[in-house]
Amino acid sequence: MGCTGSERKADLVIINGPDPETLDPALATGIEDLRVVAALFEGLTRNDPVTSRAIPGLAERWEISPDGCVYTFHLRDNLMWSPGDPITADDVVYSWLRALNPLTAAEYAGQLFYVKNGEAYLNGRIKDPGQVGVHALDSKTVRVELNHPTPFFLDLCAFQTLAVVPRKLIDKYGEDWMRARPLPTSGPYLLDQWRLNDKIRLVKNPYYWDAANTRSAIIDLLPISAPGTALNLYQTGDADIIWDRDNVPYELTDLLSKRPDYHTFKYLGTYFIRCNTTRPPFNDIRVRKAFALAIDKRRLTERILRDGEQPADHLVPDGTANYDPPPGLGCDPAEGRRLLAEAGYPGGKGFPPASYLFDSSGGGGKIHQKMGVEMQHMWEEQLGVHVELKQMEKRVYLAAQSSLDYDLTRSTWVGDYDDPNTFLDLFRGNNGNNRTGWKNARYDELMDRANQEVDLRKRALLLKQAEIILVRDEAVIIPIYFFAGFNYYDPAKVKGIFSNMLDEHPMNDIWKAAAKNR
Amino acid sequence: MYFIRRILFLPPLMLLISFLAFGLVHLMPGGPFDRERKPASPEIERHLLAKYHLDEPILKQYLRYLNGIVHGDFGPSMKYRNHSVTDIIIEGLPVSLSLGALAFCFAMGTGIPLGFFTSIHKGKWEDYAGSFVALAVICVPGLVIGPILIMCFAVKLHWFPVALWGSPWRVILPTLTLGLYFTGRVARLMHEGMLSTLHSEFITTARAKGLGETAILVKHAFRIAVLPVLSYSGPMLADLLTGSFIVENLFQLPGIGVFMVNSSLNADYTMVVGLVLLYAILLLGLNLAVDFVHGLLDPRVRYD
Amino acid sequence: MIDGEHLSPNQRAWRRFRRNRGASVALLVLLGVVALILIWPLFRSAALAPILPKAMSHNPDAISDAQFAPPSWGNWFGTDVHGRDLLSRVCYGARVSLLVGVVGAVVSLVIGVLWGAIAGYCGGRWDGVMMRFVDVLYSMPSVVFVIVLITALNAVLGKLQTGPGGLSASTAGTMQFIGLFAGLGAVSWLTMARIVRGQVLSLRHRAFIDASRALGATHTRILLRHILPNVYGVIIVYLTLTIPSIILYESFLSYLGLGIQPPQASLGSLIASGAEQINPIRIYWWLIVFPSAMLALTLLALNFVGDGLRDAWDPRTETNFK
Repeated sequence: MGCTGSERKADLVIINGPDPETLDPALATGIEDLRVVAALFEGLTRNDPVTSRAIPGLAERWEISPDGCVYTFHLRDNLMWSPGDPITADDVVYSWLRALNPLTAAEYAGQLFYVKNGEAYLNGRIKDPGQVGVHALDSKTVRVELNHPTPFFLDLCAFQTLAVVPRKLIDKYGEDWMRARPLPTSGPYLLDQWRLNDKIRLVKNPYYWDAANTRSAIIDLLPISAPGTALNLYQTGDADIIWDRDNVPYELTDLLSKRPDYHTFKYLGTYFIRCNTTRPPFNDIRVRKAFALAIDKRRLTERILRDGEQPADHLVPDGTANYDPPPGLGCDPAEGRRLLAEAGYPGGKGFPPASYLFDSSGGGGKIHQKMGVEMQHMWEEQLGVHVELKQMEKRVYLAAQSSLDYDLTRSTWVGDYDDPNTFLDLFRGNNGNNRTGWKNARYDELMDRANQEVDLRKRALLLKQAEIILVRDEAVIIPIYFFAGFNYYDPAKVKGIFSNMLDEHPMNDIWKAAAKNR
Repeated sequence: MYFIRRILFLPPLMLLISFLAFGLVHLMPGGPFDRERKPASPEIERHLLAKYHLDEPILKQYLRYLNGIVHGDFGPSMKYRNHSVTDIIIEGLPVSLSLGALAFCFAMGTGIPLGFFTSIHKGKWEDYAGSFVALAVICVPGLVIGPILIMCFAVKLHWFPVALWGSPWRVILPTLTLGLYFTGRVARLMHEGMLSTLHSEFITTARAKGLGETAILVKHAFRIAVLPVLSYSGPMLADLLTGSFIVENLFQLPGIGVFMVNSSLNADYTMVVGLVLLYAILLLGLNLAVDFVHGLLDPRVRYD
Repeated sequence: MIDGEHLSPNQRAWRRFRRNRGASVALLVLLGVVALILIWPLFRSAALAPILPKAMSHNPDAISDAQFAPPSWGNWFGTDVHGRDLLSRVCYGARVSLLVGVVGAVVSLVIGVLWGAIAGYCGGRWDGVMMRFVDVLYSMPSVVFVIVLITALNAVLGKLQTGPGGLSASTAGTMQFIGLFAGLGAVSWLTMARIVRGQVLSLRHRAFIDASRALGATHTRILLRHILPNVYGVIIVYLTLTIPSIILYESFLSYLGLGIQPPQASLGSLIASGAEQINPIRIYWWLIVFPSAMLALTLLALNFVGDGLRDAWDPRTETNFK
């Protein structure tokens, strides 16, 4: 207690949302975790602070084979863990194989399934790691073989699961390596302290290849769970940046958005409803369409979310790279009533009991609950159908989703990289995240063809056809709105934050301008 | 003798509690690694469960866990996987202990005088005003009091910081938020204890002996009247010392109260059992102490 | 006092209660609250709706465009985020809260008093075993216990609901309600047991107990006629403390998303969502003031009535009226 008194003040204080669960790049899954991991560990590429697309990271350049399946990366010369201990191509190979190793049990190992034999190695069908398509040609060159041309592979290389970790330390401490101090890192920052519910302190890594351009030497990340508290801290000057929508009260958005501190932008995330296509009444396409047509999405975004969120009519957010999304069903309650009548429930008569499942989380704003209440009302009013709201504790909700124990359920998906594949891949028949019971041969075939396609324009068309099946023809899911990226900071004081689709803001580029320089 | 026996009972009791807690958390549906986004391959989930031995039969898991405890290892937290349960508790406990102890002192320091005061003015306006205050703080939840205190004293008046832990200055608002509710409860128990004591035979006897009213109130009545408060103080202290979810949440304090709730919601098995054991040790110890003091204060109680 | 009039103890107690002005007023307030929440739904009926002001006949679940409207003639208590009328929601929530509080408190009362009295009276080994059992349950932090209970129940109900010929969703909702009562009752009887046992323990060796034992009274008789009446005061006071604490506990659970399920409401869940509105920039004060006031009013009334009852029934106050 009382240890903060003598401590140096941080150059930048950021409110980061809930505490990260882990900062091990291979294990991290949450947005809060990944953000901090990105400051600590770097991969072959990294995200551009302005556009969030891949730019050279530990690798300074690379060559791609004409068929798009072989990548050769050349590492920089000035890479080191600490003086006399260079970061080598072997470290890269080790880090990737570690993420694929069954004993690591990395939840995001799927990011490496594009690498030849990656999946087979994880599943134990291949024991010899030498057969996995990643090799060190010499201490500075990494050669990667892929299963098929993957236009977003360079973006994947910037993803935290593929970041480079210190082998010596992990060999020495095993599972506890994150607790070792000093903890050598490959990224711009070192982990100075991490007290749960208190703060994470990052200090500049002097051995980082680009250390000269690290703008803030000490950064404190505060975990905050009550949105009111975050705003209070900001107002009193105890914090410089709030990121994440859930960290400010939703009800205030209309006022806050008028301030210069409020920054909102397009973001790679969608809020939608999954329909259970395996049992009545939602195994009937007409019923699914009727429910989709009855929702007034504009009311939801304008009255409940009250921010830059846009109503969604399709799954892949507008502005996603390599893509041009199709039109969706829109809002047409009259057509909805017609379809419902056609399905045998005129005016909602005889409609079997159905429920809308959602979880009790949803941030301080209890946003899922509010959405549920609104949509229940819309369905009742427009279709004459009473849908029971079923709020469940998060894990019960997930279990019900996985075992298809629901009728309609709220869902979200946030893209891992800027490409439609990260969304559309979900609804392939064999994807564990499908959770609608929907399997469509034509859809799967379109997705397969898109994966083989080198021409980005043709690929975009194939993906678009697939999405039309998903959201229009079959209405398996009902898109509700696209998330908006959100940052709250004083632009006169805090510099180096740029709006981008991935909501990635490398911390080494952010700094606080001294007040007198304004 | 009685107390020695109770102390000897503690280890088996703790064993029983650990078993119950372990069984209880496994009753919950789902596991700590259920997420909105499933791994790309079911194999990954299998590996994950195997890594934390969650694929074993519960009894085996329990024995493994016990074995760890014997060696002083409460295991890693399943949610915060870079932290061990022991570390989390060691880091968070001092915060919760100091906050809880302060709130306890505050509740006792204000509640007992308030209850005493209202009882000796029974039926007068002082009684009504005092009882009203005691009730009001019980009836308005910390959920409301906390934000209002922050609004008035931190945001508007700038007397105190709005949140975070560190300097003594930061402790005052959380202490008030946490303590006020208990002030009300203590005051009511004290009030009731005084009233029934004042009507009892031995006070009548004392009056008959011609003792001064002040002496009767302070030396005799008070000693007996405080007993219900004492009974209540054991569990109250255990509750206060293990932190408060709402207060820690509102003021963003690094205590263990938040973990108590979140670990159960997240099925963080090792964390739940660790915290339950901690709570149990505190509570059993405090109850023992309370009964001991009870015996000292009230000669009518005999333990046999 | 009229000479020769014979009154039963209950009649005498009632007379004493009525003389206590504070308690009588509180009782009237409490009855008023109960009456209000019982007849409130009738205001929406076809017969009453046309003759009453429109503000009294809102449907608590009806969503409108008037979002966050401050109190006005049309909506006396204003409206919430969905444009629902707050007055009707407060009445509706008070009903749910009282139900949860009373049922939970009665559950805890019955179990707690019996358990504590028997343990304290029997003493010795029985006391040891019974109180160690209480200690074991006590040593589970109640939050953990309640969360586990409610999630497990939720999952079971989810299963029942989906099976062939399963429960309808609304039946499951009711079941969950019951689960909430049971969970809250199950965690709050322990304190009652401890307090009652502490009192009984100190009464057990009093002269009048020894005397009746010497006169050959059975244990049951001693317990019911001599010991329990002497701990009535503490029990009633504790009961009046239990109802609010259960209602408050429910609000905490609502805050965690485990309490009353939307679109239903309890005072606790209304307050929990109102408390989110307290911030330095703008306060929708009606969302926090009215539910809190309703809660405080109800609980204050309950407490004063409890005090009055104690004074009236406590045999030791008898002397004052002789």
